Amino acid sequence: MVDILMQIYVFVLAIFVGFELITKVPPTLHTPLMSGSNAISGITIVGALLSAGAEQFTLSTILGLVAIIFATINVVGGFLVTDRMLKMFKKK
Amino acid sequence: MHVIIELSYLLSSILFIFGIKKLGSPKTARQGNTYSAFGMLLAIVVTLFDQHIVTYEWIIIGLIVGGAIGATMAIKVQMTGMPQMVGILNGFGGGASTLVAMSEYYKLIDPTRGFTHQDSVTIALSILIGAVTFTGSFIAFGKLQGFVTGKVVKYPGQHPLNAFLVLIVLAGTIYEVMFPGTEWLMLTLLSASLLLGVLLVLPIGGADMPVAISLLNSYSGLAASATGFVLGNNELIIAGALVGASGIILTLIMCRGMNRSLMNVLLGGWESAGSASTTAGGASDKPQGDVKSVDAQEAAMIFDAASSVIIVPGYGMAVAQAQHAIRDLTNLLEKKGIKVRFAIHPVAGRMPGHMNVLLAEANISYDKLYAMEDINDDFPNTDVALIIGANDVVNPAARHDQSSPIFGMPILNVDYAKTVIINKRSMNAGYAGIDNELFFYPNAFMYFGDAKDAVSKLNNEIKEL
Repeated sequence: MVDILMQIYVFVLAIFVGFELITKVPPTLHTPLMSGSNAISGITIVGALLSAGAEQFTLSTILGLVAIIFATINVVGGFLVTDRMLKMFKKK
Repeated sequence: MHVIIELSYLLSSILFIFGIKKLGSPKTARQGNTYSAFGMLLAIVVTLFDQHIVTYEWIIIGLIVGGAIGATMAIKVQMTGMPQMVGILNGFGGGASTLVAMSEYYKLIDPTRGFTHQDSVTIALSILIGAVTFTGSFIAFGKLQGFVTGKVVKYPGQHPLNAFLVLIVLAGTIYEVMFPGTEWLMLTLLSASLLLGVLLVLPIGGADMPVAISLLNSYSGLAASATGFVLGNNELIIAGALVGASGIILTLIMCRGMNRSLMNVLLGGWESAGSASTTAGGASDKPQGDVKSVDAQEAAMIFDAASSVIIVPGYGMAVAQAQHAIRDLTNLLEKKGIKVRFAIHPVAGRMPGHMNVLLAEANISYDKLYAMEDINDDFPNTDVALIIGANDVVNPAARHDQSSPIFGMPILNVDYAKTVIINKRSMNAGYAGIDNELFFYPNAFMYFGDAKDAVSKLNNEIKEL
């Protein structure tokens, strides 16, 4: 019970940090913000790695493997495409 | 080792926070994205040292396959296809969360492990949010790509059906807490969630996609957080919460940009959108007056006499890929000493910031792009407002016509400019399904044609002057 309470603490505080940070992002960068934050949500890859790396090969590991593929698409695609966009924002 | 891993996760979370903070300015944004990417790399590398990971072959295969697909998509996608790209990436994120939760479920179903109440609840939550994000995002992708109808979809029994699915998920979760490890129950919960994702996004109209994509972005973050709760991993909880907050803020900005509640958007379309398209033919409420149109040469002369121009891009610019022609126009006008700026409505295009990315792609300096509230007072001092492929967001009816479905929506006050030139393919109504009285104003001129062709022709005429 203590564990989950601590997790809820962390979650709520992180939401507040998120609100503070995001409200300062200018509208001109809202698309890169979305794709970049989207890449961050690919952090699920940590869970996927733990699932796929288990000792025995079971249904659980197969699900983990597909999860790795999905999460890696999310992470790699998200960060690369964000970089591609941000490279274009220039001031002359 | 455990302590080192946990501290690395903390460091990685901090990198995410600084990464997003640096997105606060176009000057530092690229560096910020790199910070976040490093945070992710760190998290992945330290996880590989976790004692629970004993086999690596599947991990390597997964990383290579996923990395190759992700990189190919990121390199190949066109800037006009960015809303679809973000939509589909949201989907993969949500899908990954669901899969991890299910994988955990099958680990715990082993008699030697067993579920706590907390496990049952967090797994159910993670499956629900992840699955809704997964199928919802693919429907959104389909709508943007055009193989799922972009229209508002309404059918009888829509709300009772959704409520029923939510009930199944709720009941399933409670049951799963009481009798953990009931496999068919978890699969029912999964199916109901997948279906719910489809049904929640299907009714949303094409031009409301900025809201849908933002909301799904938020869900993909919350799905990651939920997975964090399942695994007891603080970094997932923090990173997911940051993304969840980001998506919610963008969603609210989009709704405010249309003066509509989130519920109104989610339940499908403008209040009268269904009927407006059919009754628009009724002559009684049609704006009266003459519509004047100009050809390229006349338009060029109007520009030649101007000293300040504001360009208002809309979705039509994206469809026609007109951003490069517009860049040339901007350069031509600036060479003549004319001041050119861009006014961007928050809901222009199919996702937040869509217009800005396209104009940046065409190499237009970002300090020329103005948000609505920063430029709206300048229209009265502007000689020419050029509208390219935008409609509802410049309809003055939103300011004064209480009977209009878009009444109260913040609009760009283009009609206050001395001359308004509207480039459109036809006189057709915009997404809201209503006529635009601006076209009948004495200072307004229609300049018909596909945005790219029309602007290119205009450029040629200006060169010849």
